[in-house]
Amino acid sequence: MKKFLPLIVFALLCIVPFFGLSTYVMHILILVLIWSVIGMGWNILGGYTGQVSFGHAAFFGMGAYAAGLLYQHLGISAWWGLPVCVLILTALSLIVGYICLRLRGAYFALATLALGEICRVAAENLVDFTKGNMGIMLRERTWVDKTWYFYIILLIAAGTYILIKMVMESKLGYYFVAIREDQDAAESLGINTTFYKTISLCISGVLTGIAGAYYMNYMGYIDPSTVFPLSEVSIATVVVVMVGGAATYWGPIVGAVIMVFLAEEIRSIPFIGAAHQTIFGIILILIIMFLPNGIVGDFRKLIKPLSRAKRECHHEFN
Amino acid sequence: MSLIEVRNVSKQFGGLAALTDVSFVLNKGEILGLIGPNGAGKTTMFNVINGFYPPTKGDVLLKGEKVSNLKPHVLCKLGVARTFQVVKPLQRMSTLDNVIASAFIRTKSKAQAEEISMEVLKFTNLYEDRMFISKGLPLGKRKRLEIARALATKPEIILLDESFAGLNPTEINEQIEIVNKIRTDKGITILIIEHHMRVIMSISDRIVVLSYGQKIAEGTPLEIGRNPVVIEAYLGEAHNA
Repeated sequence: MKKFLPLIVFALLCIVPFFGLSTYVMHILILVLIWSVIGMGWNILGGYTGQVSFGHAAFFGMGAYAAGLLYQHLGISAWWGLPVCVLILTALSLIVGYICLRLRGAYFALATLALGEICRVAAENLVDFTKGNMGIMLRERTWVDKTWYFYIILLIAAGTYILIKMVMESKLGYYFVAIREDQDAAESLGINTTFYKTISLCISGVLTGIAGAYYMNYMGYIDPSTVFPLSEVSIATVVVVMVGGAATYWGPIVGAVIMVFLAEEIRSIPFIGAAHQTIFGIILILIIMFLPNGIVGDFRKLIKPLSRAKRECHHEFN
Repeated sequence: MSLIEVRNVSKQFGGLAALTDVSFVLNKGEILGLIGPNGAGKTTMFNVINGFYPPTKGDVLLKGEKVSNLKPHVLCKLGVARTFQVVKPLQRMSTLDNVIASAFIRTKSKAQAEEISMEVLKFTNLYEDRMFISKGLPLGKRKRLEIARALATKPEIILLDESFAGLNPTEINEQIEIVNKIRTDKGITILIIEHHMRVIMSISDRIVVLSYGQKIAEGTPLEIGRNPVVIEAYLGEAHNA
């Protein structure tokens, strides 16, 4: 059963568009899938390799801008951004990795934090190239209906899931986890830690960038404050993965479902809605205190009291 | 034939001279003991040989080639494996996965890495514990896991840093047997740091003694046991008592 779970989920998602759901629900589902891809990308670096990044907005935004600028300057379809951003983000990851991955722990996290902010400020100020705060708008959308957008991001998400599963069950995966657990030990076991950390960053960055390029195509409009922000992308990514469960296959997906739905719910509450960031912060603190491995990682711990409570009020439910 | 030659190595940390002008040779097939009082520079010597620190002066030669400035992972590929005094298991991985991660250095296929690991785990009597998370193993087994991981990289030389410290007598005997088997069955050359006198005297072919970062003696266990300089620096009080 557990083995077929991914297939079942995929099959269910494949038939979702036939249910005739409202555009709004479809939009939410697409957002969940985008966040799943970003989360899975972050998870490779932050969860499995143990290099926590607070700057994934840089990769997301670069992907989005790669797509947007191709359209803006060359006049070709923004969908070209998907393949092109692979090249751009590999290059960016190599540069960032060369500079930052000699740093360990908190210092690496701080360097990535700076990276995200540098990208945002650059995008705001290079007005001739990026249009600055005016942002980039696609003058025509590819489809009016959301069905095809949904299938494309579903394919991207499924591909990401399969890629991560393959990576984690190979030599690379063992090396990533070894680096997370003890860098000195890993080094003495013949693992070139800097090299493998850079590979991890490349995979992570490219996946996040693809999500960004897709976002450009889907939303049709980007500006620096929507694709490069610290709290709404960089931190939100960390929250999604931590809530769902770092270093688990399903963690980022579960985290994305919860966080996107919560965000929508909280935002619709009058007065409190504006404070949804604060509420996310509180949720993160609670999760770190009580479920340090996230909902998927600590699933047993989570259902234990629930199943006990169920047993106790068994007759009530029947 | 000398596998490793340490040639006039000095290592300074700021104003502190951890090693001063140390030279010795590790011959193929032997077990060489490295002893000395606390703070004598034994682990620093390991870190220099293993590539964690470059020496301030002098050179380390592996089969006649200079390797002083190579990184640990490169040295590991060249056949130098080590264990750590303070054990460094890959905590949240199972015992088996710990060993598989090290076995990947010689192969790309997971099946092959697993095969190597199973053999090594049986060799080190850890086979029964292979599915346990390594964090939860008792110290004796974690020390053996260090050895298992080093063996999985298929080394020519293995550096053992206090693999006997903190073990009970039964575990010590078991460990001695394993170390001897590493040489006889696998033909691996061993450089070992040890405080446990009974172990080091019975196990090594030759012993190098360090004190305050300098080599003060070198010889067979019998010669070292009788050497007045060594007794003064290291065994002094124990000898008189």
